Amino acid sequence: MGRKLLLDKAHIENIRLYDVYRREGGYRSVEKALKTMTPDAVTDEMKKSGLRGRGGAGFPTGMKWSFLAKPEGVPRYLVVNADESEPGTFKDRYLMEFIPHLLIEGMITSSFALGSKRSYIYIRGEYAWIVDILEQAIQEAKNNGWLGKNILGTGYDLEIYVQRGAGAYICGEETALLESLEGKRGNPRIKPPFPAVKGLWDCPTVVNNVETIAAVVPIINEGGEEYAKIGVGKSTGTKLISACGNIKKQGVYEIDMTISVEEFIYSDEYCGGIANGRKLKACIPGGSSVPVLPANLLLTTAKGEKRMMTYESLADGGFATGSMMGSGGFIVLDDTQCVVKHTYTLARFYRHESCGQCSPCREGTGWMEKILLNIENGKGKMSDIDLLWDIQRKIEGNTICPLGDAAAWPVAAAIRHFRDEFEWHITNPEDAQRRNFGLAHYADPIHVPTTV
Amino acid sequence: MNVAFSDKAMQEVKRIINFYPEGKQKSAVIPVLHLAQQEFGGWLSTETMDYVASLLSLKPIEVYEVATFYSMYNLKPVGKYMFEVCQTGPCMLNGSDDIVKYIYEKLGIKPGETTSDGMFTLKTVECLGACGYAPMMQMGKNYREHLTKEKVDAIIAECRNNAAAKN
Repeated sequence: MGRKLLLDKAHIENIRLYDVYRREGGYRSVEKALKTMTPDAVTDEMKKSGLRGRGGAGFPTGMKWSFLAKPEGVPRYLVVNADESEPGTFKDRYLMEFIPHLLIEGMITSSFALGSKRSYIYIRGEYAWIVDILEQAIQEAKNNGWLGKNILGTGYDLEIYVQRGAGAYICGEETALLESLEGKRGNPRIKPPFPAVKGLWDCPTVVNNVETIAAVVPIINEGGEEYAKIGVGKSTGTKLISACGNIKKQGVYEIDMTISVEEFIYSDEYCGGIANGRKLKACIPGGSSVPVLPANLLLTTAKGEKRMMTYESLADGGFATGSMMGSGGFIVLDDTQCVVKHTYTLARFYRHESCGQCSPCREGTGWMEKILLNIENGKGKMSDIDLLWDIQRKIEGNTICPLGDAAAWPVAAAIRHFRDEFEWHITNPEDAQRRNFGLAHYADPIHVPTTV
Repeated sequence: MNVAFSDKAMQEVKRIINFYPEGKQKSAVIPVLHLAQQEFGGWLSTETMDYVASLLSLKPIEVYEVATFYSMYNLKPVGKYMFEVCQTGPCMLNGSDDIVKYIYEKLGIKPGETTSDGMFTLKTVECLGACGYAPMMQMGKNYREHLTKEKVDAIIAECRNNAAAKN
């Protein structure tokens, strides 16, 4: 059983309510930080913890905080990115819905470190009922003196507000999020300047993911060095993984990054194996944007080592034979699933979500969707596969924000690892239309454990 | 129709504007448009958008450009109940296509269409962040998850009963 730091109390009845949360030791990190530490000391603990941003990019949080500009007389802001929209990812929702005070507590401690007196939670518009849960938690925190003026008699003032988005994946990109928070279309900004210098309303701003801010609580409570002892190498602490697709037990799991991918999929403590007696075919381990891996490369790296659930091991082999931890959205495909169709739904998603600012992404995502739909429907040509490859290569790296890359990578990986499935669709159009799945020979991974 | 918020809705508008520093009320446009859509029949007419612009001291174009960017705003009238069925990767793996097909069989509407009695609109949407509870759809403020044909039947019946109770 791995260590749990975020969800260890998630099972307690009514943990959503302030009184229960406080009784279970909640808000200790705020007391410790505000009463016994300086803002810089809090940031130092974050650096020592080695915590990497949990939104998907994995950038060290302490370093991000230390980049925040602090000009005299200019307000600074903390904005929490709760625009969780990466297909396969639903961990932040779980955290906010069941332990909202953990986020509020983390925000108070973080806002103190950053010198923000007005902090925002930008939440995706569809999570409408969670807005009520968060606003209730904020009100409870305020009623108990954790927010407002002169918190704990320290002279520090803070208000937290919840801003709802209105349906746009792109607003998960931090500069698009800031545009949206300013009441505009979610078009990403050109960087530099980075938000740490010029962010919300042109003021220095830190944007962090929900899970990142929640992790501040155990880091301050236990100390950065203690936190860094959990995990392996540069993958410190615990990570929430939202597991979905064709597995027996879909849901949100907290792992301490010491387990193997095989254990995560097959052990009863986590996913419980593949559903309906099927076999593992492929998996996207870190949200729809990261490369899909066939079963053999998922469980074992190209070097023949066991693949682990860590940032480094999931990325082992680069994009040629590896993938990424990303947002922790773990999507499993069984042997009845069609990689072409699945890739098509992702391409459609990115076309729908492209903001339209950069032509390679605006046009390219639409072309990829159309070509993939043709292939899926048995109307493709052999040259379409190379055309797809060419389009994705011309999108990658040629756009203002990473949505272009995110749209290109799934298509590239699908062709890289499942090219013969694309070819099969083209050479067997009738079968492709009749059958909803692809080639059976992918169904047998190198090794399917019977026990773990 | 003369568009104007009720006193209660006006209070909510003021509460939202207070989220932001003075002079930054433009930030309120997204939440206020949500409120307007809820108050004025589930969609945003030009008249409604102009009204929101006047409330926030914005040019109408500043509201239009936001309303047309975000997928949750309806720019055409919709049915009393809107089924927004997710169809992205993880939901597709768990049979979202069958749910869309079944709703068509039951109600005779395809994505983007509304039943002739104005009761139901079907819309397909991209990932709603409920991948582990697929297939699913959004209806109003809430999610309906782990959908099956039986559950869809029950939801349709529930909507009809609620509508009948209100009449």
